[in-house]
Amino acid sequence: MTYPVILTIVLMPVVLLGLATVLTWVERRLLGLWQDRHGPDRVGPGGMLQAVADGTKILFKQDWVPPFADRGVFVAAPAIGMMAVLLSFAVIPVTAHAGIAGDMNVGLLFILGMMGVGVYAVVLAGWSSNSKYALLGGMRAAAQMISYEVFMGLSLLGVVMMTGSFSLRDIVAAQAGLWFIVPQCLGFGVFMLAGIAETHRLPFDLPEGENELGAGFHTEYSGMKFGMFFIAEYAGIVLVSCLVTTLYLGGWRGPWLPAGVWFALKTCGVVVFFILLRASLPRPRYDQLMALGWKVLLPLSLFNVMATGTILMLRASL
Amino acid sequence: MLDTLRTLFLTALHAFHRRATVRYPEQKPYLPPRYRGRIILSRDPDGAERCVACSLCAVACPVDCISLQKTEADGRWYPEYFRINFSRCIFCGLCEEACPTYAIQLTPDFEMGEYARSSLVYEKEDLLISGTGKYPDYSFYAVAGIPVPGKARGMAERERPPVDLHSLLP
Ligand code: SF4
Ligand code: SF4
Repeated sequence: MTYPVILTIVLMPVVLLGLATVLTWVERRLLGLWQDRHGPDRVGPGGMLQAVADGTKILFKQDWVPPFADRGVFVAAPAIGMMAVLLSFAVIPVTAHAGIAGDMNVGLLFILGMMGVGVYAVVLAGWSSNSKYALLGGMRAAAQMISYEVFMGLSLLGVVMMTGSFSLRDIVAAQAGLWFIVPQCLGFGVFMLAGIAETHRLPFDLPEGENELGAGFHTEYSGMKFGMFFIAEYAGIVLVSCLVTTLYLGGWRGPWLPAGVWFALKTCGVVVFFILLRASLPRPRYDQLMALGWKVLLPLSLFNVMATGTILMLRASL
Repeated sequence: MLDTLRTLFLTALHAFHRRATVRYPEQKPYLPPRYRGRIILSRDPDGAERCVACSLCAVACPVDCISLQKTEADGRWYPEYFRINFSRCIFCGLCEEACPTYAIQLTPDFEMGEYARSSLVYEKEDLLISGTGKYPDYSFYAVAGIPVPGKARGMAERERPPVDLHSLLP
């Protein structure tokens, strides 16, 4: 291992955790902006230190494990969620050279696998909490995330077929001429929807739907364990945004500016779009969510795979 | 699908709308003169306390947060002590309506935060102001029929002299 890679390995979690923490503030400011309010703007310049204040507060909160909970699993669940998200970042190529393992030949599969592990965090949290709301949230999470993982994988197939590689760096390299958002617009749409569902963000946050489930799968969590779920969720948003950038928006490619800046800009754009979705769309009913998945997104992504395959074959035979 | 995109667009446009928030500590909201806030006890135009310790306000108060004791001096009634527990007061204004002398009045001030609950119990010295409040010219004893030192029966404003029952003249 070379020296810069080790440095990146050490720095990446620190930067990511900081980013996810700041994102909680950014989201609240942006929501305020779109709801004719100001949002948190008191702590520090423009309220920037709000995240620090919240973090400090949550560190000093009582870290309570309910006596009826399954202690071991209860404690492990947030750690699993955090770990799965952080590990996924290892294969994200920030630029042509930066990143930890951007060349990994199964990069995309690794990310899908890590998202599969992320489901465990939510389901185990809901199960080990041993309370009704948490269990309902966990059940919803299991159904939602497992079914949306199917479409997510299928929608990515188009990109993989066009590149002929699972390595994320190869995928970006293949977008030299045209970003994949144009030929793969169907896949892009499905991937966006599936990404929101995977990170259980509004409008698809049924596992933690406040109005009917309290806080869903993390109802019984408090203190820093809750904080870990929270931060993992925001890191998940960053992850999905990075993926969208890498897979469909040409990754670090762009004129004039350095590669890393382009990557950061595109990722920020997608993150802001995620927040805009939260600000404007209502939450669907649970059966509507499942119906949308299996009746619309599944056929769409299958069609996308078929169409991409057909065109690729025709082009090869010409 | 189009509806959703339109929703997104319209929501994004809200970034350019006027903020609805009143930034309170820096920017004070307008409070009308009859806003029901901190309670005061006012004085006559000539500087005497208006309150005559009739206890009507204490009776009217729905949460029983006014407590007072009557005493007499110079031929008229005063409250010996007058205590309002603002941690119970609901600022309904019924005391002001009940008061026959305009002594007790609610003012447009609500910044009464305290760290200790007991500091919210206001004594007469805390309540009494030096001015007349909302009714600058009103003086209870000048219009009331009750005799006090310096003003006999029949000498109040718009009051006729008492009828002499022993006289047959019209
Ligand atoms: S405002 Fe209402 S609650 Fe407060 S002292 Fe007067 S009557 Fe009582
Ligand atoms: S404040 Fe008014 S109602 Fe209350 S005791 Fe004094 S005179 Fe009577």
